[in-house]
Amino acid sequence: MDELIQQLANGVTKGSYYALIALGYTMVYGIIQLINFAHGEVYMLGAFIGLWTFNFGASAFGWSGTSLAALVVVLLMATLVTPVVGVSLERFAYRPLRHAPRLAPLITALGASFALQQLVAVFYSRGQLAFPDLFPNTSFRILGANIQLLWVFMVALALLLTFTLTAFIRTTRLGKAMRATAEDPDTARLMGINVDQIIALTFIIGSALAGVGGVLAGMYLGQINFFMGFIAGLKAFTAAVLGGIGNIGGAVLGAFLLGILETFGAAYLGGEWQDVFAFGVLILVLVFRPTGLLGERVAG
Amino acid sequence: MTLKGRVLQSVTVLGALLLIVAGCSRDSGGGDAQEEKKTVKIGVIAPLTGNLSELGLGIKNSVDLAVRQANEKGTVPGYEIVLAAEDDAADPATGANAANKLASDPQVAAVVGTLNSSVAQSVAPVLSKANITQISPANTNPTLTRGPKPDDSPKRVWPTYMRVATTDTYQGPFAADYVYNKAGFKSAFVIHDKKTYGQGLAQTFSKRFEDDGGKIAGTETVNENDRDFGAVVTQVIGTDADMVYYGGEYPAAGPLAAQLKERGFKGPLMGGDGIYASDFFKGAGDKGEGTLATSIGEPVSELETAKQFVTDYQAAGFKESYSAYGAQSYDAANIIIQGLAKVLPNAQSVEAARPDIVKTIGATSGFQGVTGEHTFDEYGDTSNRALTVYKATGKEWTPEFSGAFET
Repeated sequence: MDELIQQLANGVTKGSYYALIALGYTMVYGIIQLINFAHGEVYMLGAFIGLWTFNFGASAFGWSGTSLAALVVVLLMATLVTPVVGVSLERFAYRPLRHAPRLAPLITALGASFALQQLVAVFYSRGQLAFPDLFPNTSFRILGANIQLLWVFMVALALLLTFTLTAFIRTTRLGKAMRATAEDPDTARLMGINVDQIIALTFIIGSALAGVGGVLAGMYLGQINFFMGFIAGLKAFTAAVLGGIGNIGGAVLGAFLLGILETFGAAYLGGEWQDVFAFGVLILVLVFRPTGLLGERVAG
Repeated sequence: MTLKGRVLQSVTVLGALLLIVAGCSRDSGGGDAQEEKKTVKIGVIAPLTGNLSELGLGIKNSVDLAVRQANEKGTVPGYEIVLAAEDDAADPATGANAANKLASDPQVAAVVGTLNSSVAQSVAPVLSKANITQISPANTNPTLTRGPKPDDSPKRVWPTYMRVATTDTYQGPFAADYVYNKAGFKSAFVIHDKKTYGQGLAQTFSKRFEDDGGKIAGTETVNENDRDFGAVVTQVIGTDADMVYYGGEYPAAGPLAAQLKERGFKGPLMGGDGIYASDFFKGAGDKGEGTLATSIGEPVSELETAKQFVTDYQAAGFKESYSAYGAQSYDAANIIIQGLAKVLPNAQSVEAARPDIVKTIGATSGFQGVTGEHTFDEYGDTSNRALTVYKATGKEWTPEFSGAFET
């Protein structure tokens, strides 16, 4: 029983950074029906920007390990720089192809993904890099499970950002414009909405969230590398599909569910079954609900 | 033809003639008085890029050093040795391509490689078909030399395949004896990455540890590219294991060791030569402290016979360190060069001499290398069974205990 709760906690924590990546996938899909395969790399860049910022701070201001200031600055840097990457991707890899056949932007997305990976590999490092413990290494016991403060922080931050995003989309004028663009870009343009700007905004928000996810994953896993975005991106995409792609709440639900399924698969069926189990469930869900769990195409 | 055309034509012809003359004179005039040397190539197949490139580049550079020294001394009369290094990216399919490329080059006589046992499985058959001698400095999986049933009914797989590394048949048990008898751990949780190397190592460790009287608290597998080990670490903590044995390589071992420590596991992680790399600490950080690793041979830094190698390597100005298998690779290359020196002077061509080279090198006996003495047995395994346990202290591997494994 204790172990079950422990594994649940492991899974939920994993789900928190899947969720932050999945949000970007689902928003971009919701608005321009593009599967942005380079999104995983934005998450990877978030982690590397975080590490770079920390190393810079360590030499310039003498940061060492746990420090609230360092944590805030690292997270801020990741959320400020990743949107630049996201917007550049949109501007140069996707916008020129917006009216091309569906497959064309998919290919540029894959190309951009490889390019970003290799850029980091060549100019930063090909190896595994230890990520600093920015968060105090405190833990406490709940129901017999050992829970670290970092995990609580990760889940809380992921949920907080999701609620903020939902509120933003539901209540603000820009949010309304996003919904309108998702519904029908041509009509939205006739209503005076600058569709290009709204799409860019979607990429900015999605990338910033993925950047936060990268830093959180770095702290949680203790280690980052240039290809970390590939698998995490794939998993987050899966989570978005599981929850119903294009749906914000669905992406988050899907992410937590996928994290839990993977952890249980690894714990109770053996490490080699973790993906088989998780993807088996995905297929089952799609057989009975082809639009995903919450997929009634709220925004699409 | 106009006048202009004719002038242009003759100038062109004149120019071409001049070029030919210049070319000829460079060929004959530039050469020394002695007759032209033929070329023989020694190949290297190792991961020169990617995750495991630290080890692969160490292999390549050490072979390069042996080749340079042999050329300087003229060890193989009448031949200039050329290094032909190919990248296998630690991937079996890429390795097979590299092997095919080397096998189709008639000047290639022998190959040093591979690093990974799984890559050797696809490289060795290709080289074997072409009769190209292969010596691995690092493969430790027993089935590569002794067939699918290495203990009960050993059967040689490829006559061209040899290695100067001892095998997991000894490495796993050596580790088990050390932790049970010397370090005093009585219960171990065993994890491996399902690759040929990791699984083999985990099995031989488990068997010996139980024979010694230890308890295997659990066995679990992970995926090579996993970095979140929360699920398996939770399982480990749920048992009474006082240590974890990991069959696999450092890219996953680093974060695994770190996450074990982060979640409060007190015992050490132990692995084989696959985690014995300085890049282990890049992934594990400070949390790698106390990790144990076995590696083949004795520590190069402490071997009397390796002093010259270390000095020469440093003098050669390579960018990367000789790493875990440098000394073994240097020995492998020198065994090959010694064989070439015996066979090639009387041979028609490198390609025609390949079968003889295999035979000669296969019969190597009492070779004195920097890692000690090497004699190949009937399966292509070395008689050298020296192994060392290293402990992670202050982000470095320090030798704890060396010995030759006795069954």
